[in-house]
Amino acid sequence: MAADQFEPRIVGFLCRWCSYTGADLAGTSRMQYPANIAAIKVMCSGRVDPTFVVKAFAEGADGVLIAGCHPGDCHYEVGNFKAMRRFPILLKLLQEFGIEPERVRLEWISASEGQLFADLAKHFTDEVRALGPLNWKERTRALCESV
Amino acid sequence: MAKPKVAFYWCASCGGCEETVVDLAEDILKVVDAVDIALWPVALDFKLSHVEAWEPGEVSVAFINGAVRLSEQAEWVRLLREKCPMVVAFGACAHLGGIPGLANCTTREEILANKYHRGPTVDNPEGVEPQALSSSHGFDLTLPDFWKDVKPLDEVIDVDYYLPGCPPPAKNVGEAVNAILSGDLPPKGSVLAPEKSLCEACPLNDTKPEKLTIKEFKRVATSTPNPEECFMAQGYICMGPATRAGCGERCIRANMPCRGCFGPAPGALDIGAKMLSSLGSLGEAETEEAAAAFANAMVDLTGTFYRFNLPTSLLRRRMGPNEVQA
Repeated sequence: MAADQFEPRIVGFLCRWCSYTGADLAGTSRMQYPANIAAIKVMCSGRVDPTFVVKAFAEGADGVLIAGCHPGDCHYEVGNFKAMRRFPILLKLLQEFGIEPERVRLEWISASEGQLFADLAKHFTDEVRALGPLNWKERTRALCESV
Repeated sequence: MAKPKVAFYWCASCGGCEETVVDLAEDILKVVDAVDIALWPVALDFKLSHVEAWEPGEVSVAFINGAVRLSEQAEWVRLLREKCPMVVAFGACAHLGGIPGLANCTTREEILANKYHRGPTVDNPEGVEPQALSSSHGFDLTLPDFWKDVKPLDEVIDVDYYLPGCPPPAKNVGEAVNAILSGDLPPKGSVLAPEKSLCEACPLNDTKPEKLTIKEFKRVATSTPNPEECFMAQGYICMGPATRAGCGERCIRANMPCRGCFGPAPGALDIGAKMLSSLGSLGEAETEEAAAAFANAMVDLTGTFYRFNLPTSLLRRRMGPNEVQA
């Protein structure tokens, strides 16, 4: 790995029933995957208010991952469906603001899919790295008058 | 005892906030009975030097409407802040950036290019653009500097209270003036409106179904809502759930879904993201394809969700391609 390679900062909102446990499994199974995703345990992917995603980007994230139980497996029955319905609207909004939709992912990862999480972490990190830094704060500063 | 003096000033605004003062109708006489109006550019001619001559504290309150985009506006509001012990951000533009704040969807360069070069009726062979400083016949000429973005008042000066609305309803203005005169005020920094969302005050709230779902989006441009039923239940995007109450439900009573001029309801950090959260969960899609189709039916999310508050939203502005590399 090149020393000067850009390392994206990715915020991962992982549902505590499936995806966080899946990520945990990847770790306890000693699977290798990049450490770029800062995992935040949430009760449900349906708990991920789009405000969290917008705030992450506004404060310096280069990518955001939302991961929850497979549709039909939600601990609260319909939480992940809410996440699924919000997601395309969120993509559209972010695109209007000038944030590439490739910087956000919604994925379904069960508690037993440690390998899937490790693979996703690798691919998503590579993709965001290829997009480069988002630099929202710096760009906002450049385009706003300082008073 | 001498009557307290108040000032009204306008920045980037449409004049609607001035209109609301006039809308006090005969109540304005009560206001004039209670206070002296020391500055009101819409009605009487004032110069900066008049305000400069005020003793500090001589004028008790400045009600300032409009967003700030010109150096001249900043100069005026800074001077008013210096002279007045209390400053009230009057109306949605001063409070949140307002409709002029939607200019943050584009850049200063784009605006100047459209206005002075590209417009079909523009005749500008020398490509002249307004300059903050230029010289002509040996004289230096100055114009206000056109800022890179639109700002709410509190990014330029310290603000004591916010009177929300586009424009603030006359009733709220009267109440605010009374509260200031009697000294019965909430903590500094408060928005002078209730701490709840519009839905809680909405006259149509009782018609909201137990489980609200949206099958298909409708727009007031192409169909007329039923005035007796919750707009959201009919499929019209109504900003009520994420918007602060206190407006007297003017739009709702005129058969127009809420557009969000009172700003975010308490607890809504970003009104657009909060609306998105609410709308997304009201859909019925069971597959990713259906969810995508639901999203595609919505048009102009920025203009719908951030109509009055783009400069105070979390992302603040629309951005072009990423030019700044870390």
